[in-house]
Amino acid sequence: MREITGYERKNEKFGIRNHVLVMPTVSCVNGVINRISREVPEAVCVDHSYGCGRGSIRDTQILFRVLAGMVHHPNVGAVVLIGLGCERSNTKALGPFIDAAKPVEIFNVQECGSLQTAKKGAAAARRLLAEINGQPRVSMPWDKLLASMECGGSDAMSGVTANVALGAVSDWLVAKGANVIFGENTEMIGTAHVLARRAKNEEVAKRIVEMIDQAEQRSKDIMGTLASWVISPGNMDGGMSTIAEKSMGCIFKGGSTTINQVVDYGEWPTEKGLILQDGPGYDGDSMAGLAASGSQIMFFSTGRGTPAGFPIVPVVKVASNSRIYHAMMDDIDINAGLLVEGRSLEDLREEMINLMVRVINGEKTKAEANGMDVFTMMTVHPPF
Amino acid sequence: MKENALLIHPRDNVAVALRNLAAGEGVKAQGVEGVPVVQDIPASHKIALRNIPAGEEIIKYGETVAVCTRDIKKGEWVHTHNLESKRWRK
Repeated sequence: MREITGYERKNEKFGIRNHVLVMPTVSCVNGVINRISREVPEAVCVDHSYGCGRGSIRDTQILFRVLAGMVHHPNVGAVVLIGLGCERSNTKALGPFIDAAKPVEIFNVQECGSLQTAKKGAAAARRLLAEINGQPRVSMPWDKLLASMECGGSDAMSGVTANVALGAVSDWLVAKGANVIFGENTEMIGTAHVLARRAKNEEVAKRIVEMIDQAEQRSKDIMGTLASWVISPGNMDGGMSTIAEKSMGCIFKGGSTTINQVVDYGEWPTEKGLILQDGPGYDGDSMAGLAASGSQIMFFSTGRGTPAGFPIVPVVKVASNSRIYHAMMDDIDINAGLLVEGRSLEDLREEMINLMVRVINGEKTKAEANGMDVFTMMTVHPPF
Repeated sequence: MKENALLIHPRDNVAVALRNLAAGEGVKAQGVEGVPVVQDIPASHKIALRNIPAGEEIIKYGETVAVCTRDIKKGEWVHTHNLESKRWRK
């Protein structure tokens, strides 16, 4: 029996968590969020360093899309939004982008000061927690699930064990009628021909090639002749020599099914099945993009080891090798390193699917239980 | 046979070390025969499965991942000291 349950939203989406999210529209009011977090620990309080000081159209688009994406996220049942008043993403400007089909309460610090705002925000968070607490879990169709696949702190085994295991789960999910999204365009460089071959049609194939060409051009513009080494020293210590080698290992995590759509960073897919996201490779930024696209659960493979999770999305950590699994047992849920110690891929995949079902139904992942939340988003231009 | 390396794709000319390999032992991996380890190789790094002349491609996952910059001997460590990216070559 692989029955999954979730919280049905008014917009026909399903959440697998029912969080009250408390979030600032700009970093200036992070202190208010921290006060609310101390007073109402049951709420998911997220601070960040964005909201103003970046003028470009692209940065503004990303900022609005990610903040709105957090509010819209199906795992969020209600929201307390704390604004300042004069910031770029002020609550009035953000308003038209928020059609949340859920309670959203808004408070601005320039109206009554930080302490009063914290008091009001905490009271609202408590009220909303009481309001949504009674919502029952109901049976959730598999096609309402958007799982995301992420890799970070990779080593050469990531592409041999953990990402192969993620790929097996991706293929299983798509066969089940569920949806899978993965991004990290810099880690696709050198593999455009492999991915384009799997595109649903010419248009998607063209978009894949375009996306990877752009990622390559950006890397070149920034790094010049060093661009072929857009991998971290840790990756190299792990035995990977070039970006193409790392990329081959990375794209294994999306499995082998047809690629039906390429979405922009943080954009919600309109197609089903396997989706690519035009987003960056840096873990925190990538996770925010996948979450803003509506992904309710994430698999995250790691070889060098990272504890990073995401505030509103349960993240299942998969180790690429037994050494890091044992060293970071408090952080990592699954040991794919056993694949090179005699365990079959099918057996490992079953364990991962069973865990995934339990997590969807409410069991906490290690990153979730430990509160190892990271919330950063992609930026293009420096602040001014 | 306890394997100490992994051949990911039959087309590959490198295997991946599953543990630290020491000069003098042999590569034990499914699909690989008669490859000696000629220098110490760190776990998860690549080992050449045949002589690869300078300019030839390094194949892993059945795809080109690099080009070697000098002759690489069977059993040698393959990494940034003897290959370069095929993209953005100087």
